[in-house]
Amino acid sequence: MTPLLLYIVFGAFAAAVIAPLLVRWFGDRASAVLAIVPASVVGIVFFMLGPPPDGLLQATIPWIPSLGIDLSFWVDGLSIIFVLLIAGIGTVVLVYAGAYLHDHRDLGRFLTWIMVFMGAMLGLVTSGNLLTLFLFWELTSISSYFLIGFLHDDAASRKSALQALLITGAGGLSLLAGFILLGSAVGSYELSAILTSGDAFRSSEWYLPGLLLILIGAFTKSAQVPFHFWLPNAMAAPTPVSAYLHSATMVKAGVFMLARLHPVLNGTSEFHVLVGTAGAATMILGAVSAFGQRDLKRLLAYTTVSALGTLVLLLGIGTETAVQAAMVFLLAHALYKGALFLTVGIVDHETGTRDVESLGGLWRMMPMTALAATLAALSMAGLPPMLGFIGKELLYEAKLAAPWAPWTITALGVTANILTVAVAALMTLRTFGGASSSVRTAHDPSWQMWGGVALLASLGFAAGMAADLVATHIVGPATTAIRGERVETSLGLWHGVNPVLLLSLATLASGAALYALHRPIRRMTAGWRPWKAERAYDAALAGMLASARKQTLWLQSGQISTYLALTLLATLLLVGLPILAFWPQLSMVVAMDLALLPTVIAGMMAIAAFLAVRAKTSLGSIIALGVVGYGIAVLFLLYSAPDLAMTQFAVETLSVVLLMLVVAKLPEFRQMGSRSTRLWQAGLAGAGGALMTLLVLFVTAEPARMTLATFYGEASYALANGRNIVNVILVDFRGLDTLGEITVLGIAALGAVALLRLVVDKEDGR
Amino acid sequence: MRSLILASATRVLLPLLWLFSVFILLRGHNEPGGGFIGGLVAASGVALYALAFGPAAARRVLPADPRTLIAIGLVLALGSALISTLGGGTFMTGMWSSFAIPVIGKVGTPFLFDIGVYVVVVGIAVALVLTMAED
Repeated sequence: MTPLLLYIVFGAFAAAVIAPLLVRWFGDRASAVLAIVPASVVGIVFFMLGPPPDGLLQATIPWIPSLGIDLSFWVDGLSIIFVLLIAGIGTVVLVYAGAYLHDHRDLGRFLTWIMVFMGAMLGLVTSGNLLTLFLFWELTSISSYFLIGFLHDDAASRKSALQALLITGAGGLSLLAGFILLGSAVGSYELSAILTSGDAFRSSEWYLPGLLLILIGAFTKSAQVPFHFWLPNAMAAPTPVSAYLHSATMVKAGVFMLARLHPVLNGTSEFHVLVGTAGAATMILGAVSAFGQRDLKRLLAYTTVSALGTLVLLLGIGTETAVQAAMVFLLAHALYKGALFLTVGIVDHETGTRDVESLGGLWRMMPMTALAATLAALSMAGLPPMLGFIGKELLYEAKLAAPWAPWTITALGVTANILTVAVAALMTLRTFGGASSSVRTAHDPSWQMWGGVALLASLGFAAGMAADLVATHIVGPATTAIRGERVETSLGLWHGVNPVLLLSLATLASGAALYALHRPIRRMTAGWRPWKAERAYDAALAGMLASARKQTLWLQSGQISTYLALTLLATLLLVGLPILAFWPQLSMVVAMDLALLPTVIAGMMAIAAFLAVRAKTSLGSIIALGVVGYGIAVLFLLYSAPDLAMTQFAVETLSVVLLMLVVAKLPEFRQMGSRSTRLWQAGLAGAGGALMTLLVLFVTAEPARMTLATFYGEASYALANGRNIVNVILVDFRGLDTLGEITVLGIAALGAVALLRLVVDKEDGR
Repeated sequence: MRSLILASATRVLLPLLWLFSVFILLRGHNEPGGGFIGGLVAASGVALYALAFGPAAARRVLPADPRTLIAIGLVLALGSALISTLGGGTFMTGMWSSFAIPVIGKVGTPFLFDIGVYVVVVGIAVALVLTMAED
């Protein structure tokens, strides 16, 4: 089984690498070629893995054993339902995207990121270790940043991408902290150990902080109040991304996390209150906000916020029925919302507008799209025989039987559903129905685009008709995994006349009435914003940027003399203060037997340094500094450090050349500072020199520790086949350091070249 | 302003400096020298050439763009570190030939690493000198 599991996760990553090549070879059809990967994952899950009977598939590959981080996989019913959604909708979206981004110059980049995202999601839902799970979690945030900001020429698009990244990224950090608390309380990061240690964690003092941190992570990702605002803004992404990330998969990662850790977190009143409140608030806020939108995409985005709230609320209720309802609704929502997002993409693509007010009568021009979209909207409105109907029935059942505040929850749920029904009608009837429309030339797109909508919508229909199969193979195992105990599930369309059915009928009737009155109501509430949580985000971001700007102005004045002064001052404080503190314990060698030659050279260096300061021209100053540098090299040579001496000679030569080249471009050499500035600078320089002298005296007074030198002396030839110890240390013993250093040097050089070119180009007016 | 003496001397000095830099690189494992110093010496040769004949001429004597040299050097260094992993060893384990070559001694992956350092250093120093000298 392990190779199959590895394929499920890493197949998409491998495909991401070759995606740009495929675009070069196959053009637009590359996306359909890539779709083979998720399609084969669906196939594997259906035909080879099968639904895991009771338990799960596990595999562990050692990765960083010293830190207790293994690449372990844990595939149970919950993973399966998510894998099916991610890979299934992924297939549809990939095929669709090829036609949607027809001939786009960055199609390769788009496909790479969407495959990376797919791999990250698949890894997330199959992870068996909290830390690898976190890794994949972060990878979804990063890849979604690039996908939301795909149209990077657009400033709004970049802003939304950054907003999503900052919010989900901050949530990710919180989640990691929560994981660490959970991991240390339980003593392991492996899910196998954690899922069976619920009682231990709930009774530990780390439970509440851990719960809060994990919830912040889940709530930011799944756009729960008050972090919901990034999701509608993320609609700046191309529509395939919105359909995939922002309705079917990524935003459900937070729901997944709550479900995954349900056996550990659920069961306390803190959990019920926190999760239930956030879910209920999000559910109602999303539904209310959706109703007033004009942009079809934002309208759908807000209903997604509402749906995510519903899912979180159900998990917060936490009973068996509620969990089961959550899983059915998860499935139904992904199918209809994916289809509707893709529909909006088609409408936008064909008519050039997403404004619900200026659309209408499209069913004559694009009948296939209209038919498929209507089918999806029926599921959204919760009409039989769609899966959405079963989802809504279960949802009401769970809410009515909630262990606390059942009436409040049910009332809120019914309100949200009434609004959802009205929005579903608005979405289809206003767009496709009616006669008036300013659009005349639209037509059905290629089958790659409407076919996806039709497939997803018909799956919603088929799943409703074959509810029992869905129950035993998908929903049952998932509920079992979340509850941590075996749950038998059966679903059906008809349960006789009961309170739930009556509630459903009332919802539909009220929804229809609301739609009938939607024009005046929408006009009245236009511009009404229930809650502007985004303001807090904007203020925080602006504050951070302002403080960064102030600090930069203060520290980065652009004057080299200020930089040098700050660096020297910091060194003096950080090194000088400890020296003062330990003064009595320090001893130094003051008298040394100095040979004649070194003394003469040192004297020359001192004179040269003095001349460098007093020189009237920059050339003189540079030459004097060169004398100091060469003097150091000669001293190295005299005290038997030939390697250092050679390096010093070469570096000194090159830096004199470089300084000359720089000076040639600088303005005339002049004394700018006032007398007091120069005195202060001289004092600072003198203090710096004195500090270094003191340091050298202290260090040489210490008895030399020879163990390291002896080791290198002995090991150099024996282990590394070299007699030059300095070089052997550089390229072998400490080779990793050297590798890092040359990499940094290389990057710094590239940066310097780019900066210099920038200045040159500016001067040339290019 | 062109100096005839500098130009004539540079014509002779550049090959000599390069030869010398390779010599320093090769002997580095057993005697004073090594990739870093060798690279700096080779780069000073190019700097000298740029002073005598101008940066454009100096670019022409280089085998490749300095930025490409940086990349090649990094790939060589990283590649030498990866060779041992092919055999299942730890990253950067030194692998040595069983025979010795005159002057250089035994050849191994650290030697390849040193060549990478040499190329990177040449690329960095030359890139900075030439960019400064241009415009």
